[in-house]
Amino acid sequence: MEKIQYDYPATRSVAQRVHVGVVGSGDLEVLLEPSADARTHVVVNTSVDGFEATWKNVLDRFFARFDGAVSIEINDFGATPGTVMLRLAQAAEGLRA
Amino acid sequence: MNTDAAAQAGYRRFLERRSFIEMNARERVRAVLDPGTYREMLGPFDRIKSPWLPLQGIVAQADDGVVLARGTLQAKPALIAAIESAYQGGSMGEVSGAKIAGALELALEDCEQGRLIFPVLLFETGGVRLQEANLGLAAIAEIHAAIIALRRYVPVVGVIAGMVGCFGGMSLAAALCTHLIVTPQARLGMNGPEVIEQEAGIEELDAADRGLIWSLIGGERRYAEGFADDLLEDDADAIAAAIRKAVSADPASAAKPRSMQVERYIEMLRKLGPTP
Repeated sequence: MEKIQYDYPATRSVAQRVHVGVVGSGDLEVLLEPSADARTHVVVNTSVDGFEATWKNVLDRFFARFDGAVSIEINDFGATPGTVMLRLAQAAEGLRA
Repeated sequence: MNTDAAAQAGYRRFLERRSFIEMNARERVRAVLDPGTYREMLGPFDRIKSPWLPLQGIVAQADDGVVLARGTLQAKPALIAAIESAYQGGSMGEVSGAKIAGALELALEDCEQGRLIFPVLLFETGGVRLQEANLGLAAIAEIHAAIIALRRYVPVVGVIAGMVGCFGGMSLAAALCTHLIVTPQARLGMNGPEVIEQEAGIEELDAADRGLIWSLIGGERRYAEGFADDLLEDDADAIAAAIRKAVSADPASAAKPRSMQVERYIEMLRKLGPTP
């Protein structure tokens, strides 16, 4: 099990909390809530060790387009990068709902 | 109606049906409660999660796999507890078990003071979480005690929809419910087929033989044996309606709880003629 942390700049404040997904085989849970400062903080808890570079690629790509100031906790149970992207997009969509 | 039209109608009904099995625990609770009344307690953002799984290298889920919500069922105050089967097989750990037991105990306090709360349990569980062993078992025992105490005041309604089913100590919790609803996809038993195969050998039971497994412990079988009160198709609206009906049942006309019908089950065992 590994814990990985990232920070990203953000420009837009966010008011809601969103929870999506499940810590099930090949899936992940995303908890998204407003961050206390004007930055985005990501904590990844993953059951699969050694994929730090892949996580960075996936999150860099997502936060190139998403500018909300949020704290995100990801609890991962071996999701593929595609599934991670879908869950992040689903959480972002939940903000608009 | 000719056969084609009948097939068409059946097909349409199937498409229009909202599958309960395909819903996650949170969606199931929302599907059961009166619209707009869902209020979750100890939700994922409270982060009351297992302290034991990370010590064993397993990622913990923020709600420990149990969704607790208050709301209403036809305007009656209700407490729904749903187990998320996709997380650790819906297993009962210290926290997930305590969430259910604690919520039932609070509902009991309200009932004792004349404020009736109607509890509904949406089972989908392999039983105790082996990584948390005795702590999970202790919580399950508390759930049993709370169900027995509560059913003196209100019907305690259980649902096993599938596809995990309900096993181990939680199968006893299901058996203690006043009213148990199953689908044909449900399974109810003490030891799961994989456990039996592993312990007794594949000659005793082939866990991959789905037809055999469901013929032994499947929803239709359990309903026919009298271990469940309703056998329903996998239809969220039908299940929600059956829960409402069970909750509204007149307590005076309720049958003796299954767990007190000792003679009935001894007679059933006698007919089966098990050899020690």
